[in-house]
Amino acid sequence: MAANEKILEVLDLHVQYFTPRGAVKAANAVNLYVKAGEIVGLVGESGCGKTTVAMAILQMVQPPGRIVKGEIRINGHNIVNLSEAELRKVRWRELALIPQGAMNSLNPVLRIREQMGDAIQAHEAISARDLKARVLSLLNDVGLPERVYNMYPHELSGGMKQRVCIAMAVALNPAIIIADEPTSALDVVVQRVVAQTLLDVKKRLGVSMIMIGHDMGLQAQMVDRVAVMYAGNMVEVGPVESIFAQPLHPYTQLLIESIPSIRERKPLKVTEGLTHDLRNPPTGCCFQFRCPRVEPRCLQAQPAMIEAGPEHLVSCIHYQAR
Amino acid sequence: MEQPILSIQNATKIFGGGFLSSSKPIVALDRFSLDVYESQSKIITIAGESGSGKTTLANMILGFTPCTEGKITFNGIDLNQMNGEQRSFYRQEVQAIFQDPYEVYNPFFRVAHIFDMITRHFKLARSKKEAQELIEEALNLVGMRGGEILEKYPHQLSGGQRQRVMVARAYMLRPKLIVADEPVSAVDASLRAMILDIMLRLRDTRHISFLYITHDLSTAYQISDLMYVLFQGTTVERGNTAKIIEDPRHPYVQELIDSIPVPNPKIKWNMNIKLPSEEVMRMKNTVGCRFYPRCPKRMDACTKAFPPMVKVSEEHEVACYLYQ
Repeated sequence: MAANEKILEVLDLHVQYFTPRGAVKAANAVNLYVKAGEIVGLVGESGCGKTTVAMAILQMVQPPGRIVKGEIRINGHNIVNLSEAELRKVRWRELALIPQGAMNSLNPVLRIREQMGDAIQAHEAISARDLKARVLSLLNDVGLPERVYNMYPHELSGGMKQRVCIAMAVALNPAIIIADEPTSALDVVVQRVVAQTLLDVKKRLGVSMIMIGHDMGLQAQMVDRVAVMYAGNMVEVGPVESIFAQPLHPYTQLLIESIPSIRERKPLKVTEGLTHDLRNPPTGCCFQFRCPRVEPRCLQAQPAMIEAGPEHLVSCIHYQAR
Repeated sequence: MEQPILSIQNATKIFGGGFLSSSKPIVALDRFSLDVYESQSKIITIAGESGSGKTTLANMILGFTPCTEGKITFNGIDLNQMNGEQRSFYRQEVQAIFQDPYEVYNPFFRVAHIFDMITRHFKLARSKKEAQELIEEALNLVGMRGGEILEKYPHQLSGGQRQRVMVARAYMLRPKLIVADEPVSAVDASLRAMILDIMLRLRDTRHISFLYITHDLSTAYQISDLMYVLFQGTTVERGNTAKIIEDPRHPYVQELIDSIPVPNPKIKWNMNIKLPSEEVMRMKNTVGCRFYPRCPKRMDACTKAFPPMVKVSEEHEVACYLYQ
């Protein structure tokens, strides 16, 4: 497998939620790719469409939502419009999800060995003895002791449950893992341990990841490339170093400036303004109501993504003239 | 010497372990002391991870749960011995803002109902017009206008708006102290700054003190004056916020600050942190230092008795034998 091979490609994805008062445009023309062994961070404020994109990749958009247009390719095969039976094969084997609040997604009446075993047995014919060995080695992979095998979820701490979810996600050697805020609601020290587990697993298995989150500090520590979304649109994508050193889109700049620092005390940066109603987006740039650099020409059309540096794309009119 | 308005003296809360209970008692908060003075409005951070006792402390101050030992006094009167009138006064003087701005609303009532309820209950205004002026003033302070939101239902507001309405409601009662339990953990980064800024403004222009309860040391560093770091119910370090963050002394606080992800991809974490197994962590060391099982610098003395508070510099104290 070539190092630069694109494992996952999202092409011109449009997802809309059809409500009685109009369609909510939760993802507009989103393009994204993930290369082998790479972690891509997907950031933006709540309601910007991060989770919608993740769910679309997994073909798990719930009604009234629907993928209106676009392709999702895994290793070159489009999985949009596959039947449910075909999708079941793809999920877990190719794509695994660590859901938001994953630690609360475990079934409280099943032991860890049963939950993990079920997932594996659903996809593989495996003998009971092999299954046990497999589950134990998975637990070991995420740094959990053997006795977790026979425990119930309530006997584990939040960080341990989170690591069980990571173990389940890698159980079938998927090509790509989608982690939706994998460390939110954990204490900082535990967060660091879980983040370390994720990086460790990624390194050893060579799996690719999409990491959804809003903590820019954590993104800086973990991901290779960052994709920034605002109001359903991808506004900037680039390597993590250049996004942090030189954020281009005014929204990305705002995100990075508003990280509270532990190194220096500085005045708070307060920004006014609300995101527009996603049912009724304005003509022109999606960020126009909050942008400090808005000009009349911004109101004409959503700017196209242009390449501003190596692998660094931005959708802002201010970089088009150059 | 000025009398503190709110004084917490050795407040201790023990759950379980009653006469008929077989389980071991859990010390949720152990001998916590804090004074709030009226003349100097301050933002005081209570920091700690989950299970450190920060919410127990908030519940005790708000009178939801009594102290097992120690006491909390307001203007010299013990919280548990207040009569109805004093209690009503206390509930006006000490206000609260909670973490989840979604759950505190009754979804059946319009936003205006929240304000009507408190104006009526605390008899804040003599006429409708006066009440409206009060509400408008409070809303303006948090950057909102009554016409925009009062007739809406809670679900029609954004998370940031809901939290700001809560601050406005608290402010309307002209409290001396606002207990803010994780007020910005559930809101987005761009709105976080707005709410923190409102807290700063209330401190400076309306002389309201805050107890800012949080696990987020970076925002605490940005806005607070004093800080208490809790670990499993015990106070491990206290004093001036900047001094603690810039020069943490307790091994736990050092680990905590070290674990905050640095928003700079060039400075990577030292990825070699190990937490001890769950049994060791749960085996609560009730005699000595609670951090002993995890501490990289532990000594024999640590298990014998709880380390006393040592002053390491002006306005900076730490409970650790390393500094004896």
